[in-house]
Amino acid sequence: MFARGLKRKCVGHEEDVEGALAGLKTVSSYSLQRQSLLDMSLVKLQLCHMLVEPNLCRSVLIANTVRQIQEEMTQDGTWRAVAPQAAGRAPLDRLVSTEILCRAAWEQEGACPAPGLGDGHTQGPVSDLCPVTSAQAPRHPQSSVWEMDGPRENRGSFHKSLDQIFETLETKNPSCMEELFSDVDSPYYDLDTVLTGMMGGARPGPCEGLEGLAPATPGPSSSCKSDLGELDHVVEILVET
Amino acid sequence: MNYPDENTYGNKADIISTVEFNHTGELLATGDKGGRVVIFQREQESKNQVHRRGEYNVYSTFQSHEPEFDYLKSLEIEEKINKIRWLPQQNAAYFLLSTNDKTVKLWKVSERDKRPEGYNLKDEEGRLRDPATITTLRVPVLRPMDLMVEATPRRVFANAHTYHINSISVNSDYETYMSADDLRINLWNFEITNQSFNIVDIKPANMEELTEVITAAEFHPHHCNTFVYSSSKGTIRLCDMRASALCDRHTKFFEEPEDPSNRSFFSEIISSISDVKFSHSGRYIMTRDYLTVKVWDLNMENRPIETYQVHDYLRSKLCSLYENDCIFDKFECVWNGSDSVIMTGSYNNFFRMFDRNTKRDVTLEASRENSKPRAILKPRKVCVGGKRRKDEISVDSLDFSKKILHTAWHPSENIIAVAATNNLYIFQDKVN
Repeated sequence: MFARGLKRKCVGHEEDVEGALAGLKTVSSYSLQRQSLLDMSLVKLQLCHMLVEPNLCRSVLIANTVRQIQEEMTQDGTWRAVAPQAAGRAPLDRLVSTEILCRAAWEQEGACPAPGLGDGHTQGPVSDLCPVTSAQAPRHPQSSVWEMDGPRENRGSFHKSLDQIFETLETKNPSCMEELFSDVDSPYYDLDTVLTGMMGGARPGPCEGLEGLAPATPGPSSSCKSDLGELDHVVEILVET
Repeated sequence: MNYPDENTYGNKADIISTVEFNHTGELLATGDKGGRVVIFQREQESKNQVHRRGEYNVYSTFQSHEPEFDYLKSLEIEEKINKIRWLPQQNAAYFLLSTNDKTVKLWKVSERDKRPEGYNLKDEEGRLRDPATITTLRVPVLRPMDLMVEATPRRVFANAHTYHINSISVNSDYETYMSADDLRINLWNFEITNQSFNIVDIKPANMEELTEVITAAEFHPHHCNTFVYSSSKGTIRLCDMRASALCDRHTKFFEEPEDPSNRSFFSEIISSISDVKFSHSGRYIMTRDYLTVKVWDLNMENRPIETYQVHDYLRSKLCSLYENDCIFDKFECVWNGSDSVIMTGSYNNFFRMFDRNTKRDVTLEASRENSKPRAILKPRKVCVGGKRRKDEISVDSLDFSKKILHTAWHPSENIIAVAATNNLYIFQDKVN
């Protein structure tokens, strides 16, 4: 559990590395947890397409939550569009089936990375902690769906996904989904204290720590790398089916 | 308050999905997930058995809705009864509306204690007789028989809702009623089944823009032109049907400003209103959201006049409750006959009552283990932190699968019906 009430400027003294790291842990903890909430929400949106028509109220509330997270991530700068390098990986997009909701989850996996891609928002210690591989970059195009000036196609695809959430879809192949999201673990109890800890003055939640910091940075590189592995796995499944 | 008399009608195969007393309180109807309606009737109080004050016994059981399949969308339509609403009694028969996600039905429940005997063309078993064998004619006579209660569907109001019906409400004119789904509200005349009027439509032209749905709706108890509907964003709109045919523009808009210190990713979800009820007087409305019950004065739109915390200890658990979907549970709320007490359910088979005058509240539990017939219900307490006292239960021990979503209060007496999953509990107040 992260240390509570810890307010650290991200640009800390070199000697106080431990303190700085602890502060960073708070920050990336929050981002990770927020990311997890996003994952969870997207899974929920997808899994609600069973035999019976999905509960529209629930879907709307979850979709609104997703939007909120995305907006915050956009403001933080953790959800950014990436330029033309994307082109090489575009075919990946085609490989993904017309299951738009799978793509939605896809997109947020791409949201993980990259302070190092020249956005100018990085801070010293942080970028050291999260080295970026070029392989991660191409996953951004999908994420640009959330940007105002994102590629038209991607925006369309996301809107289409919400559209399909609200209009009734035919039952998707359930096993595909299960395989896709079998790795979404749920140690979400941590989320309780982090995310709901934003509420109420009594609890010094991560938000207060975050306000004093530069825009939140993505999680540690290890999760990015594992995402990459998952990506291949997922593509494999989809292509085979 | 003491609630000593308890009758448990358990072992229903299916989960109870709605509970409703009729206007006199003589009948209590329940609907379940299997599409069945069970009606209980209160025993007449007899002088011989003073201690048995009007218990409720099963009066009629019938299958209201069957599961259907929508071939166009390849989806099942559940037979679960979402709501039952009684019509006021106008003759010997009882009438109620029951609805599932798509279809509303008007049922007539009537007693038969005589039957005709002595038909000419039919024999005693009902088989047709060969007319050639009939040599004499007789007039059929009515003979007494064992009381039989039969339910017959008198009207079926179908094909008017694209989305799932969440509410039905009988108008005070007793000629019309409304049915509300996620995006639309329709007005029906009881006599006309092939046509309804759309009075509210919040469906956006582009479904991508959908961010808010209708969660509940109810007619004013006295003014037949007025109704309210609540939304998933925690707002209530009061509409006047005299203003225009399509009531997309509200007459009043009730919304409490958000508390910025309490803001989180779950703020909107927990503000979503799951139930809205007019007081019997028609002066107030009560709304239930995930953590609170609020009372609003119709004349004050900017904030509720009273807010009651149902289970605030869940506020720190919202993420877990989001994960297991409990945060989407739709709790109902009810007024007592005099509008002085309000009641709503919670988890662990707990339900809560708030006295609006004394500001006292109590938590009670509906469970077999903890109540014997005619035993007094013991108030329960949830321990939030620190040391747990002997009788208290800690938040982490709460059973979230045992939720009380549906309760009902007798219109004039202190008798309450509490649905705990597939068990129905009826509690009565002990006056002496």
